[in-house]
Amino acid sequence: MNPAAAVHMRRRPVRGMLMACLLTCLTLLGGCTSSSSDDNALTFWTVGREGEAILKLLPAFERAHPDIHVKVQQLPLSAAHQKLLTAFAGGSTPDLSQLGNTWLPEMVALNALEPLQPRVDHSAVIKQGDYFASIWATNVIDGALYGVPWYVDTRLLFYRTDLLKQAGFDAPPRNWAEWRRMLATLSNPQRHTWGILLPTNEYEQLMSLALQQDEPLLRDGGRYGNFESAGFKRALEFYVDTFKLHQAPAITNVEAGNPWSEFGHGVYAFYLSGPWNIGEFRSRLPAAQQDDWSTAPLPGPTTAGIGSAGGSSLVIFRSSRHKEAAWTLIEYLSQPDVQQRFYDLLGDMPPRRSSWAGGALRDDPKARAFREQLENARPTPAVPEWERIATEMQLVAAQAIAGQLTIDQAAVEIDHRVDRILEKRRWVLDHPQAASGSAR
Amino acid sequence: MNPQRAAWLFLAPALLVLGVFFLLPVIAALVLSLTDYDLYALANIHNLRFVALQNYWALLQRPLFWSALGHTVYFVAVGVPLSMGASLGAALLLNSPLAKCKPFFRTALFAPVVTTVVATAVIWRYLFNTKYGWMNYALNALGIHPVDWLGDPHWAMPTIILFAVWKNFGYNMIIFLAGLQAIPLDLYEAARIDGASSWRQFRHITWPMLGPTLLMVGILTVSGYFQLFAEPYVMTEGGPLQSTTSVLYLMYDEGFKWWNLGSASAVAFLLFIIMFAVTVLMLKLSRRGEHPDGAPA
Repeated sequence: MNPAAAVHMRRRPVRGMLMACLLTCLTLLGGCTSSSSDDNALTFWTVGREGEAILKLLPAFERAHPDIHVKVQQLPLSAAHQKLLTAFAGGSTPDLSQLGNTWLPEMVALNALEPLQPRVDHSAVIKQGDYFASIWATNVIDGALYGVPWYVDTRLLFYRTDLLKQAGFDAPPRNWAEWRRMLATLSNPQRHTWGILLPTNEYEQLMSLALQQDEPLLRDGGRYGNFESAGFKRALEFYVDTFKLHQAPAITNVEAGNPWSEFGHGVYAFYLSGPWNIGEFRSRLPAAQQDDWSTAPLPGPTTAGIGSAGGSSLVIFRSSRHKEAAWTLIEYLSQPDVQQRFYDLLGDMPPRRSSWAGGALRDDPKARAFREQLENARPTPAVPEWERIATEMQLVAAQAIAGQLTIDQAAVEIDHRVDRILEKRRWVLDHPQAASGSAR
Repeated sequence: MNPQRAAWLFLAPALLVLGVFFLLPVIAALVLSLTDYDLYALANIHNLRFVALQNYWALLQRPLFWSALGHTVYFVAVGVPLSMGASLGAALLLNSPLAKCKPFFRTALFAPVVTTVVATAVIWRYLFNTKYGWMNYALNALGIHPVDWLGDPHWAMPTIILFAVWKNFGYNMIIFLAGLQAIPLDLYEAARIDGASSWRQFRHITWPMLGPTLLMVGILTVSGYFQLFAEPYVMTEGGPLQSTTSVLYLMYDEGFKWWNLGSASAVAFLLFIIMFAVTVLMLKLSRRGEHPDGAPA
């Protein structure tokens, strides 16, 4: 290195330090301004695909409310549950969030959510009577409202109209007996065609059948399992028989791979799934095949159209400092025309009857079955442990499918596991002073 | 300042970091494992109950814990020898004077180690798909009945083992390669002059000279394989029929899915005890191996 360069080098640190100081000051200033604007921003967590669509709905909201700036954070479905609990433990919950209605009892048990009934009472937009009753009910826990339904989900039958016609059936099944007959006719294990796809690691299908029964799934105020009831056993038997009679392959959704194209190829005549698959089938099946499939209400033991009431709600967290702004956003997202746009963007079905009265939904023949079933959907038990209970139920059901347990043994085993899961809940309910305000 | 104090002073930063980020969490987890910390306790600390060893007792009575342990032991017992065999074989081939394009093969064989599990799992799931996978396509061409690789409870674990071995063998291969290159060549030269076959050279020179490397790689691989989680998580989600649920997977489900941190901590400690015992056993056995004449260790 020549001496001149060395001198230059020696002088550089001073200048560098000055620059660094200046930069630090600038970033600090920048930090101040940006954090102060962040303080006023409304943080909104979305779960899964909804995050993409919401970004397209927000510009109109922010134009109408220039004082509110919304910061959307998209959580992937697989990580959302964990993140919500961690955020609660760390005291960093957002202002408002999308929350699946099976997660709502958990957040209520944590006392993390703001009761919303007083706001609904004064709202010009949100009218309880316009919402499907069972969906609204999933947001009411011990008489208090904690969420406003955002979109709904109920599981029903997608079916191949052409295959049913070929087999001599002009209409979809209305009850289990008809359904069983069709499944038997349409299944041919030698040719690798099956009546229906029921992934053995998804609990929603069996749960939908179980909710059709008159007996509740839990008893004594959610203290014990009620899976040994005649109703649940009937549902479990119908479900397991479908595999035993080779009318459904005993595979998981990991192996099912691409069920849409297999449905298109006629591998399955029925597919028990939710509303988002209307969009999937429209985009994945060729145009020529679009008239060959339709949807039908879920057949029950005697009548069709009773299913589970699922979906997501919008909730405000207790710790939020922008509850007014959060409520303004919830009201905006609950307007029928915004919900119709939301359906156009994503295919998420609105929870309000007036949102169904217009737009693309009104005349969509493939959505009609959902509209019918939503009037008779039934909520899942509102206990924080529900998701775990449903998971255990399915694990035992999978053992029954594999022939390791009989129906009676499986029912006893499910009750046994569920009672163990609910042990803490029973203790908390019986010691109200220890858990003041948090036990549900 | 006396030298002892100076030494402690120099050690202090490291000890502080270790204490805060390692020792403290371990003690906290141990305490947690003696309570029933769960969602209700998170809501209100008065819902926390001290349960002593009940979490451990409940786990030992749970069939799922034993089956998870069985799957983990199966994975370790089959996976570790296969993995080390593959690593050693690849290292020997790469170290052979006959091998061409060594840098290329070394990189190619090491590549699976540096790729993400998730990305490779997607490919493997397609390769092992029952209907469309190349694996069954190849078997079909040989006239063998297709196998439901990831869907059959008996085949899912072997598939996971195959995947894990393929994914991990490159790492140990590099260590073995370094070990092989450290063996003085004159030993082989002397053996060749004495007329030793290549098998005898391997048996009496390569194997004993690699002894310490083998032990280290063995211990590291065993403790790594006991912590089986990512492979079943991305390939089978613990299924089918929970046949690929490992102990760590059980802990994840308990702790992060269901938020039963008390019982999840108990799983972690049980796994730690098991791994500790196995490592001690391996060290003992290897020490005995050093005295083949039966001399006292």
